[in-house]
Amino acid sequence: MLLSLVIFLPLLGVIAIALLRGMGPSVVKGIAFVISLLTFVVSIGLYAGFDASIEDFQTDNELLYQKKAWITGLGISYHIGIDGISLWLILLTTFLTPVCILATWNSVEKGLSGFMMSLLALETGMLGVFCSLDLFLFFVFWESMLIPMYFLIGIWGGERRIYATIKFVLYTMAGSALMLVGILALYFQNGNSFDYTTLSGQFDHDSLLFLAFFIAFAIKVPLFPFHTWLPDAHVEAPTVGSVILAGVLLKMGTYGIIRFCLPLFPEAAKLHTPWIVTLAVIGIIYGALVAMVQPDLKKLVAYSSVSHLGFVVLGLFSQNHDAIQGSVLQMVNHGLSTGALFLLVGMIYERRHSRMIVDFGGLAKRMPIFAAIFLIVTLSSIGLPGLNGFVGEFMILLGSFVGGAFSKWYVVFATTGVILAAVYMLWMFQRVMFGKLDKTNEALPDLNSREIAVLVPILVFIVWIGVFPNTFLKPMETSVGKVVEKVQVVPNTPELGHVINHRDTKASLPIRNIENTKLIEEEAQTK
Amino acid sequence: MSLGLIIVLLISPLVGFLINGLFGKWLKGNEKLSGTIGALAVFISLICSIIAFVAINIDPAATLEGEDGFVYRWISGGKFSVDIGFHVDALTTVMLLVITGVGFLIHVYSIGYMHGDEGYTRYFAYLNLFVFAMLILVLGNNYLMMFVGWEGVGLCSYLLIGFWYEKQSATDAGKKAFIVNRIGDFGFLLGMFTLFAVFNSLDFTSIFSEAEAKSDVVVFGVNGLVLATMLLFVGAIGKSAQLPLYVWLPDAMEGPTPVSALIHAATMVTAGVYMIARSAVLYNLAGTGTVVAWIGVLTALFAAIIALKQNDIKRILAYSTVSQLGYMFVGVGIGAYASGIFHLVTHAFFKGLMFLTAGSVMHAMANELDIRKMGGLRNKLPITHATFLVGALAIAGAPFLSGFWSKDEILHSAWGNYKIIYIIGLATAFLTAFYMFRLIFVTFYGKSRVEPEVASHIHESPAVMWLPLVILAVPAALIGLLLGIGGHHSWFHHFTENVTGFKGEAPEGSAIPFMIISSIVGILGIAYAWTRYKERAPSDEPVNALQKLVANKFYVDEIYNTFIVQPIKNASHFLLWKLFDVGIIDGIVNGAAALIRVIGGLFRRLQTGVVQAYILSMVIGIVLFLAYYLFFAN
Repeated sequence: MLLSLVIFLPLLGVIAIALLRGMGPSVVKGIAFVISLLTFVVSIGLYAGFDASIEDFQTDNELLYQKKAWITGLGISYHIGIDGISLWLILLTTFLTPVCILATWNSVEKGLSGFMMSLLALETGMLGVFCSLDLFLFFVFWESMLIPMYFLIGIWGGERRIYATIKFVLYTMAGSALMLVGILALYFQNGNSFDYTTLSGQFDHDSLLFLAFFIAFAIKVPLFPFHTWLPDAHVEAPTVGSVILAGVLLKMGTYGIIRFCLPLFPEAAKLHTPWIVTLAVIGIIYGALVAMVQPDLKKLVAYSSVSHLGFVVLGLFSQNHDAIQGSVLQMVNHGLSTGALFLLVGMIYERRHSRMIVDFGGLAKRMPIFAAIFLIVTLSSIGLPGLNGFVGEFMILLGSFVGGAFSKWYVVFATTGVILAAVYMLWMFQRVMFGKLDKTNEALPDLNSREIAVLVPILVFIVWIGVFPNTFLKPMETSVGKVVEKVQVVPNTPELGHVINHRDTKASLPIRNIENTKLIEEEAQTK
Repeated sequence: MSLGLIIVLLISPLVGFLINGLFGKWLKGNEKLSGTIGALAVFISLICSIIAFVAINIDPAATLEGEDGFVYRWISGGKFSVDIGFHVDALTTVMLLVITGVGFLIHVYSIGYMHGDEGYTRYFAYLNLFVFAMLILVLGNNYLMMFVGWEGVGLCSYLLIGFWYEKQSATDAGKKAFIVNRIGDFGFLLGMFTLFAVFNSLDFTSIFSEAEAKSDVVVFGVNGLVLATMLLFVGAIGKSAQLPLYVWLPDAMEGPTPVSALIHAATMVTAGVYMIARSAVLYNLAGTGTVVAWIGVLTALFAAIIALKQNDIKRILAYSTVSQLGYMFVGVGIGAYASGIFHLVTHAFFKGLMFLTAGSVMHAMANELDIRKMGGLRNKLPITHATFLVGALAIAGAPFLSGFWSKDEILHSAWGNYKIIYIIGLATAFLTAFYMFRLIFVTFYGKSRVEPEVASHIHESPAVMWLPLVILAVPAALIGLLLGIGGHHSWFHHFTENVTGFKGEAPEGSAIPFMIISSIVGILGIAYAWTRYKERAPSDEPVNALQKLVANKFYVDEIYNTFIVQPIKNASHFLLWKLFDVGIIDGIVNGAAALIRVIGGLFRRLQTGVVQAYILSMVIGIVLFLAYYLFFAN
């Protein structure tokens, strides 16, 4: 019940605003903020009730798990639950939404109630995606996110908002169409049921099914070369649109990969790993290099996301526990750091009405508080040890290097992203914050207390994850372990793959190690 | 030794940082308080360091390691886990004393030096943060914690080099330092991955105890230890400014001078040397020390050559630092770990001293850096002159002063198996004595070339500045004698060798002939400088191509810029972004959309809305169907 409450509380806010919007903007803002804050508070209850020792969904806990028949004839049910992976993405969502509402307090001039309603409806959609254990329900939430996002960019966006929003929607829809086919195929192979938890074993055409899901998610991530919708969407979106887009929506892609692509189709995942990680590594370097030369702050951050999420995808396909855990943590990290970056860019945009790097310079002198916070967030994005980004990146790279699902060269090239991140972020920081102050910028005021209140909670988590990452790593450990177990049961080495039928050894082979490999070889010979 | 002591030692500068960092706004009006908080924070660490040092001296077994140093589990995943924990032994305490000792004096000096600066509290916040990070670097009991400190000092270096952020050259230098260091860190990271692949751990204790058993594990097609030590050394090359990544250090002189003394001479840049000494077990097993020694000696020579033709007082000292770091790498590279660390200690004092005296000169000269515009300063700045002379004599290897002992130990050790390295090292010693005394003679002797409006203001620094100079001059002169007498049998050797695991056999033969040779070479260098520069300033124009090459630092910066930086920038802008991203990928996406629109447009023509046209097409259709069935079906 608690979980349903978390999902639908924001929707309640939508209704409340719809009914009371005549009472003026402050009431609308107040309702939106209180409701979203309440949602966050209630969602902390999810963390409190969460039992980290359970690797599966918390089916015994009525607060965190719910299954009710919905459309019985078609095998559709209202089936929700969380594990250690979705838990953090839910909390990230409920955390960022009130932050966004507070951040946008004075910046929406027209259609405030519509804006807030879109934002809250979007929250329900996002939370639904992370909680759904029914494929049909998942798809419903997945698609329902598009509508409020379409409005957010299309109505409250910048000059080329129509182009950007249509591009965003069409790109996503192209992926969704493929995913729908995949979902239906699974439905028929699963005894006419959309129940995620009963999906198991080998599926026919698993390679195609894998691709159907993967492409949908890859577009969302976005994985190079499916990324060109992102810079446009970010540039045109209003500040909080960018924050939600980078903070949560992109995680839908990586979440989908770890929820569907890896555990359902481990063999196909393995088969496709080489080109996927190649694209991920290209994305890391390419995103960084293109980010480096962007004249527009928002575009720079957008391309940096391509680079950062390349790390996440690399880790996800490493078949290594440490790296996958790093990837999940990095999803949260990226949500915080990049979310904060977009907020900061939004704050100077509100003052200066420009996002062009050349228009700035020397801001550190006029805006010391802004400078300090911007610096910390920049360093978090660079992956400075002691802050959040480092822990995730390090685990991804170390696990991928040791894990051996692909050549270590991938990791070597991916690690150059660490150098490039410093290049594009520090160069940007220098051009915006340092140097002589321009005349036009002399009157820019420093952050006010509302803006500080928006940013400080994010900073708290940036430091917390950097210093005490185990708060976040421990609850996800067993859930990640389960995914890893499913992925690893398929023998790694191609030579072995030839000798042995996968399906026979699957059950008996928990983790590949040298002794096991020997056993398998003997087994194969006796056959 | 208790864990509590180490925690106080470590946390104290962090508290100082937080006070000056968070409440700087309120402290701004009260410089004294702000500076005192900063200095006091380091002073507390210094006291703790002395206690730790004495404790280990009394009882060599009083180290803090393993379980005792455990604080909390930092990161844990499936197989990977790493703790926040401390490892304190003889080597650590030596580093602690250098960091907090030199650090404290420089904090005190800064109280006067930074007087009146707009960013006064910010400066002390950064400086405290630096000390905190540097302490993590040497206190950690695993490579990842070392890396935390490693990156942390890099950050502080970035912030302090670019401290005067309105100056383009300062922020450029800061950025350059961070990025070049990141190139090194790229190696350090991969080195850690390799270590983990071999040992399944990053803890010093478990790695060093299993090193021998796992010395033939293959990673990436080569010996794991060889790979790991070489990759870690890449990190050291970046941090300790060796060939080919030394380029950031001379530019780092844009920062306030006490920062150059503390970070870019005494402590941070020696982190690479410390790392290798700490990993002595691995370097011995892998046999990669030779590479370290060669990079070191070539850097020593290369930087000394460049220093010959520089005219910026701080840059001469910077190249000298690069050069001296090279010596330290020779020491740890050839396995003379104690000697390498010994030179690290003496260098921290005499080079720290020289930077502070350079700061005193700048303070007197309205921030003038060009030695050609100085001359004859010894009468006006007697204390500065005297202390600078002590530092210069120490680095030049004048008999019985610090550099004489430590440098000579390294060279003596090299003679055994690395005769060429010895010869290059000796030649560098000559150059060192020459360029250092060129600096002295041009700055303090001869006729004054000071511009008149500056000349009237020349004054000796206030006590808060000259007192640290005098205090620092004492160890800069004598610490070598104190620690070095007895050579390879000295107390210092015994003290540190317990740690590095290398019971270095003393090199063959007596050290005395080597000392005599070194002294002669040093004195020759000084004498040659005297003949050339006692009365005249260096000429402005280089006379031949070789001099031009040296004066322009072999054009290394220009080469990097032309062949690496600009091509990457341009390719990213034109090829990747404009051509590939906007042109090709988005072209395909928009092209697909346009194609669909064209096709849709074609079909739209059928929907004319004219009923007659629909009827006409129906009729045509019916006729065609009928025709088909009548004439073609069967």
